[in-house]
Amino acid sequence: MSGGVDSSAVAALLHRDGHNIVGLTMQLWNQRRLPELAPDGVVTGRCCSLDDVYDAHYVAQRLGVPYYVVNFEDRFETQVVKPFIDEYLAGRTPIPCTLCNNFIKFDQFLDMAAGVGADKIATGHYARISYDDASGRYQMRKGRDETKDQTYFLFGLTQPQLARTMFPLGGYTKPQVRELARELGLPVAEKPDSQEICFVPNGDYAAFIEAYFREQGIDSQQTRGEIVDTSGRVLGEHAGVHHYTVGQRRGLRVAAREPLYVIATRPAEQKVIVGRNEDLLRSRLVAKEMNWISIAAPDAPRRAQVKIRNKHVAAQAMIHPTSDPTRVEAIFAEPQRAVTPGQGAVFYDGDLVLGGGWIE
Amino acid sequence: MNRFYFDHNATTPLRPEVLQTLAPALAEVYGNASSIHYYGQIAKQRLEMARRQLAGLLKCDPREVVFVSGGTEADNLAIFGIARQNESARRHAITTSIEHPAVLSAFAQLEREGVDVTYARVGSDGIVDPNEIRRAIRPDTVLISVMHANNEIGTMQPIEEIAAIAKDAGVAFHSDGVQAAGKIPIDAKALGVDLYSISGHKIYAPKGIGALYVRNGITVSKLLHGGRHERDRRPGTENVPGAMALGCAAELSERDAVSENRRIAALRDRLEQGIVDRAPAVGINGARDSRVPNTTNLHFDGIEGEAMVISLDLKGFAVSSGSACSSGAVEPSHVLLAMGLSRELARSSLRFSLGRDNTEAQVDALIEAVAESAAHLRKISPTYTARA
Repeated sequence: MSGGVDSSAVAALLHRDGHNIVGLTMQLWNQRRLPELAPDGVVTGRCCSLDDVYDAHYVAQRLGVPYYVVNFEDRFETQVVKPFIDEYLAGRTPIPCTLCNNFIKFDQFLDMAAGVGADKIATGHYARISYDDASGRYQMRKGRDETKDQTYFLFGLTQPQLARTMFPLGGYTKPQVRELARELGLPVAEKPDSQEICFVPNGDYAAFIEAYFREQGIDSQQTRGEIVDTSGRVLGEHAGVHHYTVGQRRGLRVAAREPLYVIATRPAEQKVIVGRNEDLLRSRLVAKEMNWISIAAPDAPRRAQVKIRNKHVAAQAMIHPTSDPTRVEAIFAEPQRAVTPGQGAVFYDGDLVLGGGWIE
Repeated sequence: MNRFYFDHNATTPLRPEVLQTLAPALAEVYGNASSIHYYGQIAKQRLEMARRQLAGLLKCDPREVVFVSGGTEADNLAIFGIARQNESARRHAITTSIEHPAVLSAFAQLEREGVDVTYARVGSDGIVDPNEIRRAIRPDTVLISVMHANNEIGTMQPIEEIAAIAKDAGVAFHSDGVQAAGKIPIDAKALGVDLYSISGHKIYAPKGIGALYVRNGITVSKLLHGGRHERDRRPGTENVPGAMALGCAAELSERDAVSENRRIAALRDRLEQGIVDRAPAVGINGARDSRVPNTTNLHFDGIEGEAMVISLDLKGFAVSSGSACSSGAVEPSHVLLAMGLSRELARSSLRFSLGRDNTEAQVDALIEAVAESAAHLRKISPTYTARA
C-alpha cells in the first residue's frame, strides 16, 4: 500500500471479497537524506513520505485490517538506487521501477509476506495474470486500460513470483478504479497519480545524482566532457554524460543549423555524441538477460510487437534467438527511433506479454 | 484471537487500582490546586498525598519531588536544568552512548549550544565502566547523566559507584530511572543521585505524567515559563488526577516489589531459556546477570527482527524490535550497535519485556510462536539471500 488510489483500491476490493489481508507500506528511501532537493525542507508526496504512510494507514484503518510499515531501505539503495546511478554514469538510461519490481516488490517483499504467513501478495499494477493449463505456465497480459498498462515494467517476473501474485486491477480502467475508490469510500479516491521515479523529487534525476555524489563525497567535476558530432568534431561541453539520454534534444546548448539529438554517450571518454534525427533510427536491437513469461524461450524466429520504452507504441518485429539463450535479437519491420541502452525491450503478442530483456 | 502483551518496556496498561483512583479523580477532583477555595484545597491535598507516595517510592523528602508530564520532560528538566545554568562559562558534560533518545537528544542540543559532551562507551555486556566516567571528568564538567536501567536490554548501570565519583568531583549527577522504577528497589539517597527521572506509563500509571527527583540543595533552571508551581521548578496547572494515579502506582509498586519481581524474573528466565532451546542460532544481547527482572533481548541470526514482530503480532503476541520513529525510517538500535553488535545482528533482535499480566501459560504459548515464526522465516529467507 503506497498510499495511492490504486493500491488502496486493491486493499478495499480484496477486503470486500472476503480475503484475509494485511496492508504493508514499504519504506524504501529516506526523503530527508538529500535535504537540498527539497525546497523549504518540505518533503511531500511521492515515495515514503509521512503523507503517503498516513494515507495508506488511514485506508487500512477504514477497512479494519492490520497495517505495518516495513523498512527495505538498505536493499533498495543497493539494488535500485546505486544501479540507477551507475547506469547513467555508464551512458545508459535505467528503469529503476523494473529493478524495484525484480528485487524488492516481487522478491524481498514477496519473501517477507510469505515469511509472515501470506499465501499471495497483491499490488495495484495494471496487468493481468492467468494460468495456462496447456503450457503449464503463468501468463501475463496487458491491463485493460492501455493508457495505464504497466506490463512494460514487469518483464522480469518469474513463474514462482507470478504464482504468488495477484493484480486485481488488471481488468479495470483508471476511471473505473477511481469510481470504485469513491464507492468504497476511500479518502484517496481523488489523489493524483505519481508520475515520476519515486525517490527522485521533481523528476530531476541529474540533481538527484549530484546530491547523492555530494553525500557520498564523490567529486562530480570529473564527469565533465565534450559534446561531439558523428564525425568527432567538438561542438561544445557537457557537465556529465548522466545528464543525457538517447534521443534527447534539450539541454545541449550547441548552436547548429538543424536540430541535434543525442545519439549515444561514451562514458569512458566522457563524450556525448549528437546527430540528426535520422541518425537516431535503428532497425535492430539485442536484448540481454531475457526473461520469458507467457511462453517458453523460442527456439526459432517468431513475430512479436516490441516496446523499447514505456511510452512507445509496440512495433512489429521478428525475434531471433541467438546462440546465447539469454540474448535475443529483434529486427524491426520499420526502423525505430532512439533505441536506448539500459531500457527494456518487452515482447508482446497482442496483449500477451511474451517476455523481455535489457537493451544492449 | 487471543492477544498477549509482552512489550511492557514500551508502555504498561493501567493497574486496576490505578484506574479506580484515576477515573473518579477526573470526575471529582477538578479544582485548580492553586485556588484558595474548597475545590482548590481538595485538589492541593490530593496532589500532596500523591507527592508523599512518590517520596515513599524514592525514599526521599516530598519537597524533592517535582511532577512533570513524563519521562522525557523529567530528563529534559534535569539535563537542561543543570547545564544551562551559567551559560557564559565553558561547560562539559558526560553521558553514555546507550541512553534513551530523550537524553541523547537533549545532549545533542546542548552540544549545539556550545557544551562539550563526552559519550562514555559501554562494553559488549551493555554496562558502562565507572572508571571511564571518572577519567572523562574535567574541571569544567557540570553534569553526568547515566541511566539506571536500559530500556532495550535491561542492563543495570553501576549508579552508586558513579554517584560517588560525581560527588567527589563536585559534579551534579542525574540518572534516568524510567525503566528501573517498579522493577528494582530505588532509594534516591542510597543511590546517591542528585536527580532521578520517573515515568508514569512504565509503572502502570497513565501516559502524560511523571516525576523528577531533585535533591535538596540542587537548583534546576526552568524549562517552561509561567506560574510558580512545583516550587518554581515546573509551571502549569497541576495534573492532579494524573499525579494521584502516579502516586497510587508508585505506592503499589513499592508494596509488591519483591514478590512480583521474583515472579517475573522466573517467567523471563523461562521465556529466554525456552526460546534458546527451541530456536537455533539465538543469542542473548547484554549481560544476563545485572539486568532488571522483566527484560530479555535476543538476536535471531539470519532473520529480520521486523518480520518477526509482524509475524508474532499476526499471531496475537506483542513484542518489539530496535527503535522506531514515526517517519517509518527505522534505524537499528543504537544501544545494540554501541555494544558492538553488527548492523545485521542488531536488525535481527527482538525485545521481550514482561509485566504483571503475563502468566506461565502465556510465556509457553509465546515460546511456541517464536519457534514457529523463526523456523518459517528461516525457511523462506534463503530465497532472497541467494538472489542478493
